[in-house]
Amino acid sequence: MILIGERINGMFTDVKQAIADKDKKVIQDLAKRQTDAGASYLDVNVGTAAADQEGTMQWLVETIQETCSTPLALDSQKPDVIAAGLKVINADNGVMLNSTPLNKKSDEEVFDKHIEMAEKAGPKVNIITLTMDKNGVPQDVDMRVALAAEIVSKAMEKGFDTQRLFIDPIVLPVKVPNAQVQAGNILTAMEQIRYLTDPAPHMTVGLSNISQGATERSLINRILLAMAISRGLDSAITDVLDEEFMNVVKTAEMLMNKQIYSDSFLKVYAAG
Amino acid sequence: MPVPEVSESFAGSVNRVTLGATSDAGGTRSSTVTVGGATNVVYGGSFDDAGEKPVIAMDVIDSPPEDWPDTLSDVYKDVLASPGDWAKKCVEQLGADLICVKFDGIHPDKADKDADHAVKVTEEVLKAVSVPLVLWGSGNDEKDNQIMPKVSEAAKGENCLIGTVKEDNYKALTAIALADGHNLITEAPLDINISKQVNILASDMGFPLERIVTFQATGALGYGMEYSYSIQERQRLAALGGDKMMAMPIICDVGYESWRAKEAKLVDVTGWGSVEDRGPMWEAATAICLLQAGADIIRLRHPRAVKAVKNFIDQMWQ
Repeated sequence: MILIGERINGMFTDVKQAIADKDKKVIQDLAKRQTDAGASYLDVNVGTAAADQEGTMQWLVETIQETCSTPLALDSQKPDVIAAGLKVINADNGVMLNSTPLNKKSDEEVFDKHIEMAEKAGPKVNIITLTMDKNGVPQDVDMRVALAAEIVSKAMEKGFDTQRLFIDPIVLPVKVPNAQVQAGNILTAMEQIRYLTDPAPHMTVGLSNISQGATERSLINRILLAMAISRGLDSAITDVLDEEFMNVVKTAEMLMNKQIYSDSFLKVYAAG
Repeated sequence: MPVPEVSESFAGSVNRVTLGATSDAGGTRSSTVTVGGATNVVYGGSFDDAGEKPVIAMDVIDSPPEDWPDTLSDVYKDVLASPGDWAKKCVEQLGADLICVKFDGIHPDKADKDADHAVKVTEEVLKAVSVPLVLWGSGNDEKDNQIMPKVSEAAKGENCLIGTVKEDNYKALTAIALADGHNLITEAPLDINISKQVNILASDMGFPLERIVTFQATGALGYGMEYSYSIQERQRLAALGGDKMMAMPIICDVGYESWRAKEAKLVDVTGWGSVEDRGPMWEAATAICLLQAGADIIRLRHPRAVKAVKNFIDQMWQ
């Protein structure tokens, strides 16, 4: 499982404060703790508070890299902010560009731009692409799969290695009127998306989104995770510091025969 | 139309383990032997992916074996009572890469010999040959726990491969092997889950994973070889997939297991052919099959089997 630690995000108050105070220690501590917990990537999102988003992204990347070589996921809806992060990042460690839709009204070429950025930055730079286009987030299974197919074929057309592509079928909060059907739709879509290429494309999701505003958040996240792993999910942007959550990752992957069972399987899990 | 490139590449690899210590490293061996290092499935990818060439460890028993068939014991009849001379013969005349001293003689059901005997044999073999050694207990936990630590100490600094440790008996030998600077064999009874667990247990005691070789238990041709085969294959795939607890080189005990088969030793059976040929062939066939499932060190007994297996290795690993 390729786990992307979600905690270095300006939406969290401690990170927001650290950005405001230029307090490196808070950020470096989060980087270390998430790495120790098994994160394969650390998500880096400046949030909405900072006025200078590009400068803040660079400060975060440089701050983390001072003490930690875990690959980073540059997280922004603005390509310029991601590009700013790429300028100062050590791309040899591995990078994830997080994320782009297939296209959007304001920028038809946004996916192409991400591919170009990734190609230019080096062979270890991957892309997360959302199954979403200018018409917004699809509400049904078929549209999600159709968009995923389009993403894959466009990447192939551009000569971009599909193993560097992470498809995000978009998890929506369960506590939204009439949205309860979405979790099931995502799972069904995953089951089909995994047959688009051989080997299967990577799939990732912003897992915690499912429980936005709900009670029993950790439980909801964990159960969805186990269900999604059984449908081929091999990556997630999530709270790796949640020990119970990590135990579900380890157990589900073991049950899917991705890891060889041993009596100490919780202790020796090898992340992807 | 060009032939498409279909070879897979993997993130993980099999650990490289170096056996033996030369004088620079505080030992007395004339050279070292390195095994492991594969970065693909057997015969997958390029020649470089194959890692180190597999090697042959020839068995030397600490006291004269009483149950060996004539086909086998005749070869060694002049040296059976002298482990040093026996080892010398294997290295100088028969091409052994390693010597495996097997301490059958300390087993309470066999000669029940003591620690002084085992230490003497160890010293004798170390003196007689300069290849790296494998030091292998009798299989009786109680006796091995008493004696193998003394054997380990007698070979201190020689960077031997010593074993075996099992899920329910690992502490004594793991600790002493660590203290004496040896490499360790972890054993499991044809059970990959237990194999992984023993590696974890040894690692928990501070034993470096990079100095472990796994023994999955060996089945000879016709006697469960396919179980060994599929477990070794699975171990290789786990290693390539990045499972650090399964990334060890593999050792197989082909000699002992093959010569237990009735096909290897029954004389005068109509239609089975000469007993002189059957034993070595049984050994060679088992070894060659298990090499294809990723074995790195093969324990063998008969010179003709050694010759055939070496020939196979030289042709397949360039």
